Amino acid sequence: MIASARHRHLKNVTTLSLDIDKCVGCGACQVVCPHGVFEMGEGKIVLADKDACIECGACALNCPAKALAVKPGVGCASAIIKGWITKSEPSCDC
Amino acid sequence: MSESYCKDSCCETVVEAVNEQNVPSVSTNLELRDVMGAIKVRCGIGRMNYKVEPGLYAVGKPNCDSLVLVSGNYKLTFDILRKNLVGMNCWLLILDTQGVNVWCAAGKKLFSTDELVNRIEITQLSKIVSHRKLILPQLGAPAIDAFQVSRRTGFSVTFGPVRANDIQLFVANGFEVTKEMRLVKFNFVDRLVLTPVELVNAVKKSLPIMGVLLATNQFAKRPFTKRDVAAYARVVLTGSVLTPLLLPYIPGKAFAWKGWLLGAGWTAFSLCKNKGFTKGSKVMSAGQMLLLPAVSSYLAMNFTGSSTYTSASGVEKEMRIALPLIIGAGSVGAALMLGSHLFGKGK
Ligand code: SF4
Ligand code: SF4
Repeated sequence: MIASARHRHLKNVTTLSLDIDKCVGCGACQVVCPHGVFEMGEGKIVLADKDACIECGACALNCPAKALAVKPGVGCASAIIKGWITKSEPSCDC
Repeated sequence: MSESYCKDSCCETVVEAVNEQNVPSVSTNLELRDVMGAIKVRCGIGRMNYKVEPGLYAVGKPNCDSLVLVSGNYKLTFDILRKNLVGMNCWLLILDTQGVNVWCAAGKKLFSTDELVNRIEITQLSKIVSHRKLILPQLGAPAIDAFQVSRRTGFSVTFGPVRANDIQLFVANGFEVTKEMRLVKFNFVDRLVLTPVELVNAVKKSLPIMGVLLATNQFAKRPFTKRDVAAYARVVLTGSVLTPLLLPYIPGKAFAWKGWLLGAGWTAFSLCKNKGFTKGSKVMSAGQMLLLPAVSSYLAMNFTGSSTYTSASGVEKEMRIALPLIIGAGSVGAALMLGSHLFGKGK
C-alpha cells in the first residue's frame, strides 16, 4: 500500500461490493488483487482500502463463495469515448 | 530443479514428447534485435504485430518435474520474462493473447480460462510434466478462474508475482508471494517508457491541423508564427509527456485537471513573457489561453488508459465533468484564434 499510496484517482466511485455473510475467509481475493484492497480480518475479509480498487474483476472471479461483486471495466478514457460512440462495452486498444 | 530429482524413465518420456512436438528452446539472453524491437514498439511502431508463436517453450534443460510458467504472446512480455529466468530450468506455456500484454489481454478476455485450458490440451502438457501445477502472472487473474482451471484440467493455479523480476525470489521463497510482489506500481520509469507512444500519437493527430493552419497563412491577416507553433508544441509535450512524468506531484486527482493546470501555467507564462496580452492581439491571446490548456488537459486525460490505478467508474466520472469543459473551452478558444488569424490585425 505504501507503494501505491501516492497515486490516487477519484474516491467513492468503485462498483466493488462485499457480501460479508457469504465470505468464507479463504483469502483468494487478497492474493489476486493488484492494489491491496483487502486485508484478512478474523475469519473474514475486510475492505481495507476500497478506493484503491480499479475494477479489474480478479477478486470477484476468483472468490469461491461469490461474496464479491464488481462491474469490471477499463479505466481508459479513449476506450470509454469509443464505447460511447459505438454504444458498446469499452475495450481499449492497448 | 536438480537433475537428480528426475527419474530416468520420466526424462525419456519428456525427451520423446519434446522431440515429437518440437518444443523450441529459448535463451535468457536478449539480442540487439530484441532490444531494438522493444524500443520500436515503445514508440508505437508495429506494436500490434509484435508476437511470438503460442505454445510450449523450454528454458534451460527442464524435465518432468520442472515448473511451468504461463504468459502471453506479446513479444515484449515474452522477452522481459525470459530475461528474468537466467539459470532456471523451466517450461513456458505461452497463450495466444494476440500480441497483447497479459494485463490488457485479461481485460479483453484473451488471456482467459478457456484459452489456458485449450493451450494445455494442444501442447499435451500433462504428458510432458508429471506434476499438476501452473504458475500464472497475477495480472492474468481478472480473466482466470483458478477453480475452473483445476476442475477442467487437473492443473492447479498459483498466482505468482506481478513483475517478472520477482519470479526467482518467489521460487526461492517456496512460492510465497510477498505483499510487495502483489502490488502494481507506477513509478517514474514505468511512466517514462509509456510516454513516447503518447507523444507519437499526439503529434500524428496534430500534424494535419498544423498543415491547414500554416496553409491559410497565405491570406490571413495575422499569420501564425513560429512562436505560435512552439506554444502549441509545448502543450502537446505538457499533456503527453510532462503530466504523466510529474503525475503524483501535481496537485489534484483528475488527470484532465492535472494536464490543464500545467498547460494553463505554461501558456500564461509564455503569453506574459511575450507580452501577448498587452502588445499582441488580445483576441488571439485569449483564444490561446482557452484552447491550449484544453489540449494538454485532453492529452493528459488520455493517459488514464496507460495508468495502472484508474477504474472505469473513476475515469467515466472524470470524463463526464472534464470533457464538456474541454470541448467548450477548446471550441471557443479555437474560434477566437481563427477569427483573429483570418480577420484580425496586429501580431
Ligand atoms: S476488482 Fe481488482 S482492484 Fe478491485 S478489489 Fe477486486 S481485485 Fe482488487
Ligand atoms: S475470496 Fe471471497 S470467500 Fe475468499 S476471502 Fe475473499 S471474499 Fe471471502
